[in-house]
Amino acid sequence: MNTVLKTAHISFDGLDQEDVVDRIRADFPALSLTVNNHPLVYLDNAASSQKPIQVIERISRYYSTEHSNVHRGVHDLSQRATEYYESSRDIIRDFIGARSRTEIIFTKGTTDSINLVAQSFARPILNPGDEILVTHLEHHSNIVPWQLVCQQTGAELKVVAIHDDGSIDYDDFEQSLSERTRLIAIAHVSNSLGTIIPVKRIISDAHGLGIPVLVDGAQAVPHMQIDVSDLDVDFYCFSGHKMYGPTGIGILYGKEQFLEKMPPYQGGGDMIESVSFAGTTYNDLPHKFEAGTPNIAGAIGLGTAAEYMNQIGFEFISEYEAKLLERATDRLSQIEGLRFIGTAENKASVVSFLLRDSHPYDVATLLDKFGIAVRSGHHCTQPVMSRLGIPGTVRASFAFYNTMDEIDVLAESLQKSSRILFS
Amino acid sequence: MGPKATISEVGEEIVEEFNFFEDWMGRYEHLIDLGRSLSLIDNQYRTDDYRIRGCQAQVWLRASFQNGNIVFTADSDALITKGLVALLVRVLNNRKPIDVLNADLNFLDKIQMKEHLSPTRKNGLDAMIRQIRLYAVGFMQTSQAS
Repeated sequence: MNTVLKTAHISFDGLDQEDVVDRIRADFPALSLTVNNHPLVYLDNAASSQKPIQVIERISRYYSTEHSNVHRGVHDLSQRATEYYESSRDIIRDFIGARSRTEIIFTKGTTDSINLVAQSFARPILNPGDEILVTHLEHHSNIVPWQLVCQQTGAELKVVAIHDDGSIDYDDFEQSLSERTRLIAIAHVSNSLGTIIPVKRIISDAHGLGIPVLVDGAQAVPHMQIDVSDLDVDFYCFSGHKMYGPTGIGILYGKEQFLEKMPPYQGGGDMIESVSFAGTTYNDLPHKFEAGTPNIAGAIGLGTAAEYMNQIGFEFISEYEAKLLERATDRLSQIEGLRFIGTAENKASVVSFLLRDSHPYDVATLLDKFGIAVRSGHHCTQPVMSRLGIPGTVRASFAFYNTMDEIDVLAESLQKSSRILFS
Repeated sequence: MGPKATISEVGEEIVEEFNFFEDWMGRYEHLIDLGRSLSLIDNQYRTDDYRIRGCQAQVWLRASFQNGNIVFTADSDALITKGLVALLVRVLNNRKPIDVLNADLNFLDKIQMKEHLSPTRKNGLDAMIRQIRLYAVGFMQTSQAS
């Protein structure tokens, strides 16, 4: 059942790719900004993407004329707010190909989703000596929640090795699986290197041994069509703000068979069926995991962001972003002394690099003077950086609204920065 | 040799020096050059004890008290930060603790580098200035006690 609510459709018929991107850019007010007397070149999309006017206006409309608390009132406004909030759940269900709307939990973001699974799913089933498997590539958000639950239960965190190019050492993955493995928690796309992890194969191998898999999809959802049913993934987590939606809202997809059995993560209003001092019974899915007044505006805005991405279409997104990555790889490789960090065969539109022996902070500071927003540092993946023996990288991450010209500006500004640093 | 220039005089000197450059690229090149010429902190002090943690760049700072004046040596692993560290050392080195505490660092604003002192930059510089002031307070108490 396709429940996506269509808004004004963007028609790309008869336009070439460049015109399409021009049309898309007009939707993003922030892309017209001037920074340090230069037109903003926003290449920090892996940290957070900019927002289209459709999302901004949707949130504004909600607060202007549609706001009330959800699931509570019989009055018209509350009914309407509930309807929009819940229809956003349907949009997301459709967006990621989930079977049921009860499998879509609104959270604060990927971090919140992972913590929920760590505490409500993993903690009750873990015994001393049990193992959780992560990889060396994970974001701190997919490491620390597991360390916490290991401390609480006496379980152990095992780490799958990576190759120098930033890809997973699959042999090591297979050897790391044991009869004590209770859960595998793995990124779909590495945030610092851009590596696309073969999660479908991992899930299939894990399921062969009866091991459930959580996928941190924060860096995948902005770039590729996710189909949780096809992946057969048990838990899939992602954030709104990296996929052109608002901050403070994210999704936990979980298979109903697991979510049903899991105890609530937080207690409060809306997650209960009845409360007495003798005992409380809990609400049905998905509300059992949504205690308190939720981020209604965020959820509605996220729905609009998903619709926006659907309208652009993943075919266009994948094809165009692959071209951006190719252009960036080509242009940057011509810069003397530039070294790519993360050169796996399958990559999302992210380039991480170092310029000779310079500190990433210096390069990012100079690029900022040229109006270019990149990220520098360890990108919340300190284990990757120590594995590769570097303090951090400069990371340029691309979205479908970036242009080939912007990549040329990046390359030229890097040349100029190199002259400033090494003259 | 005339009397030693005051902190504000050295600050003004730096402003004049930077005014010589027409654009920010020139100013940054000069800043980086200054960082390169900073006499490095002794390797034995390039340790966690003397490290001021910034999320992005690291700064090491050591102070000693000699003849009533504070002597600073410092270093950073990022060149831009190191240049700014060099400027701070140039202005504040070999000063009485009270002068360090009262120092006006407005020259950084005038050479358009003040943005680097923001704590949100996470480069360790704002923490370095706090540490410099702490050293000054400490040495002031030491000298008053003796």
